[in-house]
Amino acid sequence: MSAFAAFVRKETYHILRDRQTLWILLLMPLVQVLLFGYAVRTDVHDIRLAIVDPTPNVASRALVQRFASSSRFQVVGVYPTTESLDRGFREGVLRQAVVLPRNVDRALLGPGPISIQVISDAADPNTGSIMQAYAGAVIQRWHAESAPPVALGVRIDLTTRMRYNPTLESVNIFVPGLIALVLTIVSAMMTAISITREKETGTMEMLLVSPLRPSAIVVGKVAPYVVMGFLNVLLVLGAARVVFHIPLRGSLTLLLAECLLYILTSLGLGIVISSRARTQRTAMIAALAGLLLPTLMLSGFIFPLDSLPLPLRVISDIVPARWFLAIVRGVMVKGAGLASLWPETVILMGLTVLLLTIGAKRLSVRLD
Amino acid sequence: MRTILFLMRKEFLQVFRDRATVFQIFFIPVVQLLVLSNAATFDIKRTALAVVDEDRTTVSAGLVRRMEGGGRFTVAILQPTTAGIEQALLDREATAVLHIPRGFEQMLVRERHAPLQLQLNAEEGAAAGIVQTAAQAVVTDYARELGASMSQTPRVVRGAALDLRAQGWFNPSRNYKHFMVPALLVSLTTIIGLLLTAQNIAREKELGTLDQLNVTPITKGQFITAKLLPFWLLSLLIFAIGLTMGKVVFGIPTRGSVPLVFLSAAVYLVVALGIGLWISTFTNTQQQTMFVAFFIMLIYLLMSGLFTPVDSMPRWAQLVAQANPVKHFVFIMRSVLVKGAGLETVATPLIGLAVGGAAVLTLAVRRYSKQTS
Repeated sequence: MSAFAAFVRKETYHILRDRQTLWILLLMPLVQVLLFGYAVRTDVHDIRLAIVDPTPNVASRALVQRFASSSRFQVVGVYPTTESLDRGFREGVLRQAVVLPRNVDRALLGPGPISIQVISDAADPNTGSIMQAYAGAVIQRWHAESAPPVALGVRIDLTTRMRYNPTLESVNIFVPGLIALVLTIVSAMMTAISITREKETGTMEMLLVSPLRPSAIVVGKVAPYVVMGFLNVLLVLGAARVVFHIPLRGSLTLLLAECLLYILTSLGLGIVISSRARTQRTAMIAALAGLLLPTLMLSGFIFPLDSLPLPLRVISDIVPARWFLAIVRGVMVKGAGLASLWPETVILMGLTVLLLTIGAKRLSVRLD
Repeated sequence: MRTILFLMRKEFLQVFRDRATVFQIFFIPVVQLLVLSNAATFDIKRTALAVVDEDRTTVSAGLVRRMEGGGRFTVAILQPTTAGIEQALLDREATAVLHIPRGFEQMLVRERHAPLQLQLNAEEGAAAGIVQTAAQAVVTDYARELGASMSQTPRVVRGAALDLRAQGWFNPSRNYKHFMVPALLVSLTTIIGLLLTAQNIAREKELGTLDQLNVTPITKGQFITAKLLPFWLLSLLIFAIGLTMGKVVFGIPTRGSVPLVFLSAAVYLVVALGIGLWISTFTNTQQQTMFVAFFIMLIYLLMSGLFTPVDSMPRWAQLVAQANPVKHFVFIMRSVLVKGAGLETVATPLIGLAVGGAAVLTLAVRRYSKQTS
C-alpha cells in the first residue's frame, strides 16, 4: 500500500509541477461557462424582415406597426415590389419577407380569402421554421383584429405551459451540457495522454517491472485526475450559480455523486483509448476528434434525442454523456431525485464497469 | 526551397509511417460525417405524449387520434385523470401532456370555443418550442374540421379568411442535411487539421528533436512553412473526400462554384492550421497543447453558427464572432453551396480570412524562437 501511495504522490507531483497545464485546466472551463452563458442563445430574435406592400393603406400599416413593435422582428424596410428581395436574401441582409396583396384593406372585407405570402430564409431549416411560426402568429393576430368576425367555425384555445424552464432560458440548457462535455474530453484526454506518454517515453516499462500490479498503476495514474475533474465540476457549477443563477432544484449531494460517477466513466474511456494507442498522437486524436462531436451531437446537448432516427438512437444509448446529461438536467432543472433517475444511474454504472474492465484487460502487463 | 521539400518529405513519412494515425485521420471524419449528419436535425418525431382525457367523448377521442395520426406524437399514456402525470413528466415517460377538460365537446357545440391545455417538458429548450408549434398545427386543423362538420347550415360568411402561404427559400424541402453536412465537414476538417499541426511541434519539443532542428541553418519561415504545408495538403484532401461524400451520399446541392469553395477552403485552412501552429509556440508539452486546442476549438465551434444561429447571440458576442474564422468559412460554404452565391457575396469574409491567415502566420513565426530557454 505504501508503494501505491508513493506512486500516487509521484503522479500528483507530475500534475502540480506543470503549473501551466494546471491553470489551463482549471480556468478554461470557467471562461467557457461565462462566454457561452452570455453568448450562446438558441432562441430567435431580431429577425430582419422586409414587407412588400404594393398599396400602403391603414390596414397594411397596422400590420407593419405590429411587426415593428415586436422584439422578435426588426423591420428593414417596406417595399412596393418584390424585386429587391432576392438580392437581400442572398446577401443575408434579409431573413424573412411578408408579401401583401394589392389593397389589403378592401381584401379584408371579403368575399374571397386574403392571401399573404411569408418567405423565410430556410437555409437553416430549424430557424426557418421558427421564424415562420413567429410571423404567422403576428399575422393571425392582426387578421383576427382587423377582419370582420368570421362566423363559420369553432375555436380551440390551446394554452401551453413550459414546465421546468418556463422562460426557455438558454443557460439552463447549456450549463449541464457543458459540464458533460468538459468532463468527458478533459478526463478522457488527461488519462489517455498520461498513460501513453509513459509508453512513448519508455517509462512504462520501468513501472511494469516494479512490484506494483498493472491495475494499481492505472488506478494510481487516474486518481489525481478524479480530483481535477471534481474541481472542474465545482468551479463550473459555482460560476453558473453565482453569475447566471441557474436553478439547483434537486439535491446537491446527489448531483456531486453523479458527477463523480461520470468522471470515472470518462476516465474509463481514457483508459480504453490508451490501451489501444501507442503514441500520444493517436491517443489524443481518438480522445478529441473521436469524442468531441459525438458527445456534442448524440447526447441531447444540442439536438433533441427525440429527433434522432432509430439507428442513431441505438448508438446514442452507448454514449455515456447521453445518460449523464439526463441526470444533470433532471437534478438541476427538474428537481428529480434518485427515485426518478435510478435507471440512468444504473446504466451509467454499467458502462463505467464495462469500460474499466475492457481497459484493464487490454492494458497488457507486457509491452510488445 | 529544397530545404522545405526535404522537411516536408520527412513530415509526410512520419505521418504515413504511423498506420494508426493514418487510419484515424481518414476514418474518423468519414464515419462521423456519415453518422452525425443524420443526427443534426430539429425535426422532432415521436414525442411521447400523455393525454388526460376528462371529457371522454367522440370529439376528444377524435383529437387524440389526430394527435397520433400526424406522425409527430405517440400517445404513451391515455387516462381520464391527472393521477401520476407529474411523475411521468419527471421520469421522462412523457415529454408533453395534453389536458382535455371535462365538457370539452359540450363547450364546442354550445359556445363554439373551448380551452385546451398543453404542458411541455422544456428542459431541452428549443425542442419544446417546436413541439408546441406542431401541437398547435394539429389543434388548428382539427378545429377547422370540426367547424365544417358541426355547421349543417352554412351561414353567411362576413370578412375574408386568411390564406397564409409559407415559402422557405434556398431549402424548400427543409432538408436539414443540406444545411448541416457542409458545416459538419468544416468542423471535422478543422478538428483534425488543427490537432495534427499543433501536436506536431509540441511533440518535437517534448522529444527534444526540435533542438536538433534549431541548430540547423533553416530559417524560421522555412520551418513554419514545412510544418504547415503537409498538414494543409492533408486537410484539403480530407475536405475533398468529405465534400464528395456529401454530394454522393447525402445529395447536398452545389449551386455555386465549386472552385470558389476550394479556394475558400484553402485560405481558411491556412488560418485554422496557423492557429494550431501558434498554440504550439507557447506550450511546452503535448498535453498542454491539446487542452488549449480543445478549448479554443470548442469556443470556435459553438460560436460559429454551426449549431445555434449567430443572429441570436447578443450584439457584443456577434462582434467577437467576427474574429472567428470558422464562422466566416461556414457562412461561405452555406452561401455558395446552398444559396448559390458568387464571389461578390463572399468576397468580404474571404478577404477577412486571408488577412487572418497572414496575421496568425506572422504571429507564429515571430513567437517561434530558435532558442530554448
